[in-house]
Amino acid sequence: MLGYLVEKEFKQIFRDKLLPKVILLFPFMTLILLPYAANFEVKNMRLAIVDQDNSSYSKELVGKLIANNSINLVANEHTYNAALGLIQNDKVDMVINIPKNFEKDFVVDKKSDILIAVNSVNGTKGTMGGMYALSIIRQYQDEKTTEITGVNDPPGVEIKTIYQFNRELDYKFFMVPALMVMVLTIVSGFLPAFNIVGEKEKGNMEQINVSPVTKPIFILSKLIPYWVIGMVIMTIGFIVARLFYGIVPQGSILTIYLFSFVFTLAVSGMGLILSNYANTYQQVVFMMFFFIMILILMSGLYTPFNSMPPWAQKIGAFSPLTYFIDVMRNVYLKGSKLTDLLPQLYKLLAFVLVINSWAVLSYRKKN
Amino acid sequence: MENVIVVNNLTKKFGHFTAVDNISFEVKKGEIFGFLGANGAGKTTVIRMLCGLSRPSAGNATVAGFDIRHQSEKIKANIGYMSQKFSLYEDLKVWENIKLFAGIYGMKKKDIALKTDILLEELGFQDEKQTLVSALPLGWKQKLAFSVAIFHNPKVVFLDEPTGGVDPVVRRQFWELIYKTAEKGITVFVTTHYMDEAEYCDRVSIMVDGRIEALETPKALKEKFASNSIDDIFYQLARNAKRTDD
Amino acid sequence: MKEFLTFTKKEFIHIFRDTWTMMIILVLPLVMMVLFGYAVTTEIGNTNIGVLDYSKDEITKSIINRIQESEYFTLSNSFNSYQEIEPSFKASENSLVIVFGENFSENLLHLKKADIQIIADGSDPNSARTLVSYASNIIGTTLKDLNKAPVSSYEITPELKLLYNPLMKSSYNFVPGVMGFIIILVCAMMTSISIVREKEKGTMELLLASPTKPIIIIVSKVIPYFIIALINIITIFIVSYFIMGVPINGSLFWISTLCILYILVSLSLGILISTVADTQLMALVISAIILLMPSMLLSGMLFDIGSMPLILQGIAQAMPAKWFISAIRKLMIMGVDVRYVWSEFLALIIMLTVIIGISLRTFKKRME
Repeated sequence: MLGYLVEKEFKQIFRDKLLPKVILLFPFMTLILLPYAANFEVKNMRLAIVDQDNSSYSKELVGKLIANNSINLVANEHTYNAALGLIQNDKVDMVINIPKNFEKDFVVDKKSDILIAVNSVNGTKGTMGGMYALSIIRQYQDEKTTEITGVNDPPGVEIKTIYQFNRELDYKFFMVPALMVMVLTIVSGFLPAFNIVGEKEKGNMEQINVSPVTKPIFILSKLIPYWVIGMVIMTIGFIVARLFYGIVPQGSILTIYLFSFVFTLAVSGMGLILSNYANTYQQVVFMMFFFIMILILMSGLYTPFNSMPPWAQKIGAFSPLTYFIDVMRNVYLKGSKLTDLLPQLYKLLAFVLVINSWAVLSYRKKN
Repeated sequence: MENVIVVNNLTKKFGHFTAVDNISFEVKKGEIFGFLGANGAGKTTVIRMLCGLSRPSAGNATVAGFDIRHQSEKIKANIGYMSQKFSLYEDLKVWENIKLFAGIYGMKKKDIALKTDILLEELGFQDEKQTLVSALPLGWKQKLAFSVAIFHNPKVVFLDEPTGGVDPVVRRQFWELIYKTAEKGITVFVTTHYMDEAEYCDRVSIMVDGRIEALETPKALKEKFASNSIDDIFYQLARNAKRTDD
Repeated sequence: MKEFLTFTKKEFIHIFRDTWTMMIILVLPLVMMVLFGYAVTTEIGNTNIGVLDYSKDEITKSIINRIQESEYFTLSNSFNSYQEIEPSFKASENSLVIVFGENFSENLLHLKKADIQIIADGSDPNSARTLVSYASNIIGTTLKDLNKAPVSSYEITPELKLLYNPLMKSSYNFVPGVMGFIIILVCAMMTSISIVREKEKGTMELLLASPTKPIIIIVSKVIPYFIIALINIITIFIVSYFIMGVPINGSLFWISTLCILYILVSLSLGILISTVADTQLMALVISAIILLMPSMLLSGMLFDIGSMPLILQGIAQAMPAKWFISAIRKLMIMGVDVRYVWSEFLALIIMLTVIIGISLRTFKKRME
């Protein structure tokens, strides 16, 4: 019985005008575009300089500022107010005002001022940009001091930093494995839910309900195809990560497959639960959207899980995504072994159990 | 003759609303049983209960010898069902639909292939074997849906307004199929809006406001109400209904 | 006019009968605000740190103490050898390990130079960078305090002005973003799905066959979503102003005009999608992939557009949400005069005309 039903699902999926394309293209698009977009690094601070001193010192300092990769000089203004206008127009993000007598004050009075104004509506960007400028200015101050006094910095330590697992600190290495989780969630969570609601809307569901097909069999027949599709999507993900980014898992790919499978069981079950409560597409779309958004935002995909306040971490702990994202990053970057990841595995298995029992119970053949 | 459907004091309430009010009747093996009633009279609710889709509030019933409360899964293996909403898969081909439903009812692979060809020939659908159901005209779809509903040789087949929206020629053909089915000993439980169709039934019941107001052969019914059209009788009874369309 | 009202009423009944959807639509903006406002942050919280100290002398001890006392770090591991470090990372026990070489104090005092190694889990580059700079700072200040070496007497005193958002509240940034996103969701996605649903069910044919003009049917279908979007916007304004303390610095008149213009653009997008899509699934996929995802990622709501590769910056220009968010930021938070946002207004008006033009054409084609 199950065989016939699964066969039917596969035929319907492949015959659909849209689904096969979505299943193939969605992972590609996400993995190729998102890592470039979903990035908190600030790479382009547009700067306007108001150099009222026009001295060799001020010019040198401007040169140092521009030399920074993340700062982009886009305008030179004569007055501070004119430069502020540029901020209001969103033409620049930061204005640095070098006052008259900047050089003279520094050399003679050993003390001079400088004004940095940043548009901080976007707080992260504002702080980061401000920090870049501050550290360049401080460095410049130290250099000049050494130059004038001829005394080297006091004795100190040399701090060597090693960034393990991601030596270049490439943000893509961090995002790509986790984005695979997002793709998998959307495809194997959303699609079976739509599928079931679609059958409800068309009336096919009633025909199945009066047949001897039992709840678990029916649900299994809906899920199995998406489990298979989930594995296909992960495989596409591995290939894209490899070919496009040169990212290869440090750990075992089998570990990833194992976790992907367990995870798919959990999210497809979530889709089912929602489809059992929803009667129309619109409903199921909104419910899925609502929950998946919360799950994704609270799972540490974009922002560190530890940064969330305790109450949010507690909610996040109820998201299977949290654990799978952690696992993907660990296996991909650190080469963690299955034995390192047992706690995550147990938690995911618990999700699978609870979610799928709920799905079976909430699927009503009767009223 | 044995009774295939036995209904005793069946009642269904939705909150304070009594959709089906203490009805009792029997249907014999191989009988064509017409189940008439205005919209909202409670027909569909009765069918849903008999198919095990809905739990009765009171009373009981057996279908094919199985209790509708406790043995609904067994009932499902022994009935066929076709609803007013067309319920084959539009995105599957004709033979694929047949294969799917036959498979669901546990038929063997060999038998399915063989019987599929026979069925398609009977219906004159040989050329449409590979056609997507969505591409068939409505009348064909209905005939196919009916054939699929009885493909596994159920004891009873429930037809919920099977001929809605099709032209008179197809309706005739459809009733021929129903007769053939009844000759094979399959009980046909059919609801309809067309009163001329009621004349084709062995017995008809007329439901008003959740109660069965009449249950006779078409002939006896006409004598009893001294009228020569079931249409009139239906109108007389239904006029007293307090409920309107749902 | 009368039939118009009847249609609108019918659509309202459809939506409101669906309590689930209704609840989600009304609650969604609030949930998003709470998530972005309180839960999702890039600030680094307290982090586990490990130490491998080959010297165990006064100075290293005081550095370790300082690190332990800081709000950023909790000392979780004291290692005895290098080999223990890697496994601790793999099991995610700590994100940072500080290694002090042998004879740390000796070297520092006599050779004026000593070695410290910071090994960071670089998986998350942003966190790693920040954590390393925190740790280096702590080490630096500790040594400075111990050293009492003369400080350079030459000084540049920078004054950092954080314009418009001196308290660095993240809400100033995401509130416009949430508005931009919710409106696209309600107006474009919901509208398109609901129109396509009628197409799928065949009821659209029925409506179109009636003597009512098609344009009236469409407009009446769209009005309820217009109103829902307004309700959403008003909720967001109320919550952000009264609860999150986000200012409304600019002219309310222009802010409202902007919101209505953007709602109209989104609705017209919804209509456009519905003329293209044949099934609800298709409408969903189109609006999710070409509208929702980009509106979330490329609108400047979460991620800075200026830092993206040029292609993505180009795509971002085509997103109505990008223009809306930029304009609302300027008007509402920065409180600038409306003449500073003319380009955003212009972009939205052009989009509106183009989209309506295209949908009218496809619609007519379909009717023929």
